[in-house]
Amino acid sequence: MSKKLVSMTINGKKVEEAVEPRTLLIHFLRENLNLTGAHIGCETSHCGACTVDIDGKSVKSCTHLAVQCEGADILTVEGLAKNGVLSAVQEGFHQEHGLQCGFCTPGMLVRSYRLLQENPNPTEAEIRAGISGNLCRCTGYQNIVKAVQYAAKKLQETAQA
Amino acid sequence: MIPPEFDYHAPTTLSDAIALLDKLGDDAKILAGGHSLLPMMKLRFAEPAHLVDLNLIPQLRGIREEGGLIKIGAMTVENDILDSALLKEKASLLPKAVKWIADPQVRNRGTIGGDIAHGDPANDHPAIAMALDATFVLHGPNGERKVKAVDFFHGTYMTDMAANEIMTEIQFAPLASNTGCAYVKLKRKTGDWATAAAAVVLQMANGKVSMVRIGLTNVADTAIRATKAEELLLGKELNEETLREVVSAVAEACNPAEDLRGDVEYKTAMAGEMTKRALLDAASQIS
Amino acid sequence: MNAPLKDREAALMGMGDSRLRKEDARFIQGKGNYVDDIKLPNMVYMDIVRSPLAHARIKKINKEEALKIPGVLAVLTAEDLKPLKLHWMPTLAGDVAAVLADEKVHFQMQEVAVVLAETRYAAADGKEAVQVEYEELPVVINPFDALKDDAPILREDLIEKMEGAHGKRHHPNDIFTWEAGDAAAADAAFVNAEVVVKEDLLYPRVHPCPLETCGCVASFDPIRGDLTTYITSQAPHVVRTVVSMLSGIPESKVRIISPDIGGGFGNKVGIYPGYVCAIVSSIVLGRPVKWIEDRIENLSSTAFARDYHMTGELAATKDGKIQGLRVNVLADHGAFDACADPSKFPAGMFHICSGSYDIPAAHCTVRGVYTNKAPGGVAYRCSFRVTEAVYLIERMVDILAQKLNMDKSEIRKKNFIRKDQFPYKSAFGFEYDSGDYLTALDQVLDAVDYKGLRAEQAAKRADPNSKSLMGIGLVTFTEIVGAGPSKICDILGIGMFDSCEIRVDPTGSAIARMGTISQGQGHQTTYAQIIATELGIASDLIKVEEGDTDTAPYGLGTYGSRSTPVAGAAIAMAARKIHAKAKKIAASLLEVSENDLEWEVDRFKVRGNDDKFKTMKDISWAAYHQPPDGLEPGLEAVHYYDPPNFTFPFGIYLAVVDIDRATGETKVRRFYALDDCGTRINPMIIDGQIHGGLTEGFAVAMGQLLSFDAQGNIQGNSLMDYFLPTAVETPHWETDYTVTPSPHHPLGAKGVAESPHVGSIPTFTSAIVDAFAHTGVTHIDMPHTSFRIWKELKKHGLNLN
Repeated sequence: MSKKLVSMTINGKKVEEAVEPRTLLIHFLRENLNLTGAHIGCETSHCGACTVDIDGKSVKSCTHLAVQCEGADILTVEGLAKNGVLSAVQEGFHQEHGLQCGFCTPGMLVRSYRLLQENPNPTEAEIRAGISGNLCRCTGYQNIVKAVQYAAKKLQETAQA
Repeated sequence: MIPPEFDYHAPTTLSDAIALLDKLGDDAKILAGGHSLLPMMKLRFAEPAHLVDLNLIPQLRGIREEGGLIKIGAMTVENDILDSALLKEKASLLPKAVKWIADPQVRNRGTIGGDIAHGDPANDHPAIAMALDATFVLHGPNGERKVKAVDFFHGTYMTDMAANEIMTEIQFAPLASNTGCAYVKLKRKTGDWATAAAAVVLQMANGKVSMVRIGLTNVADTAIRATKAEELLLGKELNEETLREVVSAVAEACNPAEDLRGDVEYKTAMAGEMTKRALLDAASQIS
Repeated sequence: MNAPLKDREAALMGMGDSRLRKEDARFIQGKGNYVDDIKLPNMVYMDIVRSPLAHARIKKINKEEALKIPGVLAVLTAEDLKPLKLHWMPTLAGDVAAVLADEKVHFQMQEVAVVLAETRYAAADGKEAVQVEYEELPVVINPFDALKDDAPILREDLIEKMEGAHGKRHHPNDIFTWEAGDAAAADAAFVNAEVVVKEDLLYPRVHPCPLETCGCVASFDPIRGDLTTYITSQAPHVVRTVVSMLSGIPESKVRIISPDIGGGFGNKVGIYPGYVCAIVSSIVLGRPVKWIEDRIENLSSTAFARDYHMTGELAATKDGKIQGLRVNVLADHGAFDACADPSKFPAGMFHICSGSYDIPAAHCTVRGVYTNKAPGGVAYRCSFRVTEAVYLIERMVDILAQKLNMDKSEIRKKNFIRKDQFPYKSAFGFEYDSGDYLTALDQVLDAVDYKGLRAEQAAKRADPNSKSLMGIGLVTFTEIVGAGPSKICDILGIGMFDSCEIRVDPTGSAIARMGTISQGQGHQTTYAQIIATELGIASDLIKVEEGDTDTAPYGLGTYGSRSTPVAGAAIAMAARKIHAKAKKIAASLLEVSENDLEWEVDRFKVRGNDDKFKTMKDISWAAYHQPPDGLEPGLEAVHYYDPPNFTFPFGIYLAVVDIDRATGETKVRRFYALDDCGTRINPMIIDGQIHGGLTEGFAVAMGQLLSFDAQGNIQGNSLMDYFLPTAVETPHWETDYTVTPSPHHPLGAKGVAESPHVGSIPTFTSAIVDAFAHTGVTHIDMPHTSFRIWKELKKHGLNLN
């Protein structure tokens, strides 16, 4: 099986590797690049633990091939903090106890980040619908909603500042 | 979890894509959004030797109004349909319905063409397309042809599209002003396929139905137009009696498969209930 | 130094403080360390070939094609494990289970062979290429059918063994018959009872489905002769002991590490064939072996939960005072009894089924049987079958109330164990430590305006055009957690104590290790909070470690809500040993006698003299710098805590539901959960646990089910169908609390994380049945899907179609 050379930007860094066409993006991130933040929770594209941000859109990386990412700009949980400063969503999840076992958390964070970019002032219903592609077994989502609301408020305050 | 090996092709023009499909025949499958195909490959239910990725062909995406028709590129992703100002204004059935399809991430990749061409009776777009009286534009080695939505679906996973054809566009007339439309979908949870769903496009005149189209999702081996129900609605008021007749007609048209969502009796009753709710919702939009 | 008392207390962030979690930093930055994140040099991957059939003989296994695949190193079957005597393994329940199917398969998706390959992808390809020939055998799916005279015999390996781990087996497909209580007394209560109610109640088969599936990285070092295994385990020390016993490698040379675990919920207690095969493979190959299962594998083959077919009976006076309880259960255990129960209790703590009520006479019988399904039964936040027990009694009390036309809260008040009756000895022999059910119930009824809700329901019932049926569910449960006193509770002979070791360093911070293992419960934070208050060291300065058997003192792990009751007690006791030594050091430094000292938040001070004190920081330094005569240097302690009793947290849950009469969909309008777990260490973390447990309970009650067709094909075993609610479906939860400390626990704390699961599930059934109560319906089995509810509506002519 001949490998294909693919290059993309991940968390601002250029990456170039040869991969089998069947290599799933989630495996490329976790195995080739050691970015183990995104997780695998199912094989039927339901759980969202693998969610990353591709060209400004939330995508389940388990249902995407690495070879489809030629030239793409990818953001993973490892790229949310800037210069050691946590992003608003990360701060929100910590402040509002929006995580317990942490397994769904990277996907939730990357999704929440994009959700607030798309909709900076979401209602509770919009937040719940916005994260409906991310499953959590530990928190019952209630504090995750509060975490996203915290982040929305923080981003608005920062924007006004 | 791991798909079998395959060769990957990413043509950048439609003619290249068609030529590839023609050459590779049954060994190839189209990769559109990938959220039907890749899960099947990961479970090794599908093992195509070649994938032809259509995502790099720009002419297959886009929503526009041209020549009196709304034209949606087959590779347009669901979220673009959800956010389209043009569709909200002229074919609001689509953005309303797409809200109920899958989840936010899947909607960034899933395409309207993929949803239709897969031929899965559980997918939502077929019934919606029927309610819009849409036409599908297909391109093959012998050129372009058009097939009406109502003629496109032959059975589960069986459509009118050949292995060397690509759906390029979905076309339909914009909805006239003062048309009501709704898509009501009963499901077990977000992201689930419909237990039953109804797409309705409705016009009234003097309190009576002057035009109606009803498309039903996942209550037969393909999406269906509930033509009998439509016929008996014409010229009638939407009162309890007519709605009861509609529900009966819908029940006759249905032939749902029993599964974990429900048995035949339940799904049939729900097809009727979803139709009723969609009609009432659509009617409430008409002044 | 001399800040006001309140500030010094706040600075500790100790007991009672809703302090933010210490473990968050790595998780929110994608730097968690889960089993699948672990990569060791030279590592190979393992995948498992599984049976497509539920019951069949294996005629032939052909490895040839698989071995041709580039990257595939080996294919192992039971034949390869036989010389090592590892093709079968003992279970936690006194049975044996196949590691790899030995001549026959007993359930669909059972492990038949393993493939080892250089890459994950090659292992998956190799798995597809292994060819197995089967000869089908008749399948037993219904547990009642399993006991028929002409039933196919499932466990041919046990034909000669009619004496099981729990007594006589009366049928080849029998596992055990277990009973508790006083049958004669219970029967007598029914003989002349004024009122008797009886009901069949099914608790269907479901699965804990943690977001992270099970897996391990086994690494045998042939040079050192050491085996290290990273594993998704809720009980690493138990795994170590079992692995040592099975492999013959001395326990001192076996290291089990449970790193970060993505949810356990009882799914990660048992030892799975995948673990054993990975370990064996690593020993054979001399290379690390990684095995991670898929979700479908997880749902189909790892520890399921419940599958109890229960019949309950209550005898009562016509005023509603319960005189007797009888329960009969048929327990479907699947093909092997691999239940993770304390060894003397094949039905766990099911005999808590007399609940929160003062029932004078009670008896229960549980009969376990084999079927052609995956093994398990005890899992999913169940506290060892307490989910089943509480479901039983709460449903029966509702049914009795309905029969007598009594309000559900009134009948409970009438039968509650009263506060002054604690410690209370139940008819099943449990000594409940403390409780105040009445205060809690009144608090909930007030908070929701119960009278108003009943009035609203009456009005809705009177309106034939109402589009929905309104139901009010009430559950007043008592839990039993904190297993347990080693005299009665052991896992494979090891008493169910737990442990803590604390080491304070010269500069006043500390490292503490325990025998439990968090899977999201926040131990790194809550355990530090306990120590902070006991020792006056800020919880930020206390590093908590769990899960590495090379360093952690022996413990039985985290499940059954036992961490706070058992390890929490060990922590307090270890801290108090240090506290006592610290007092001696302080006395020496201050040149007073210990009797002149009093402890105040973070320091010992001379009574009556606020200026003469020594903080823990001062004392820590002194312990290493110049310990007083007669005292060893250093400041550390270990405590192994053997609990004198279980703990009995309790709760009052009330739900309001509206059922759509046209579709059968249920909307949870309101869910009010009051929990009493005694002393509360971190209210924020408690609330988080409650939200999570309620959500899992909602999922179980409203949609989860693993079913089988007549051929034994498992259904609903992927996330396409298995109901994991998203944020959209999940209701909003309201939490409340009372505090009734446990008199026997050093901190008065009881444990809480399973209460919301145990208590919420019958609350949903209670609410839904309540919606139908005016039709005479007494019970509706779960799951309460819209489909099943609609059928019920139709049955009573209540559907609006």
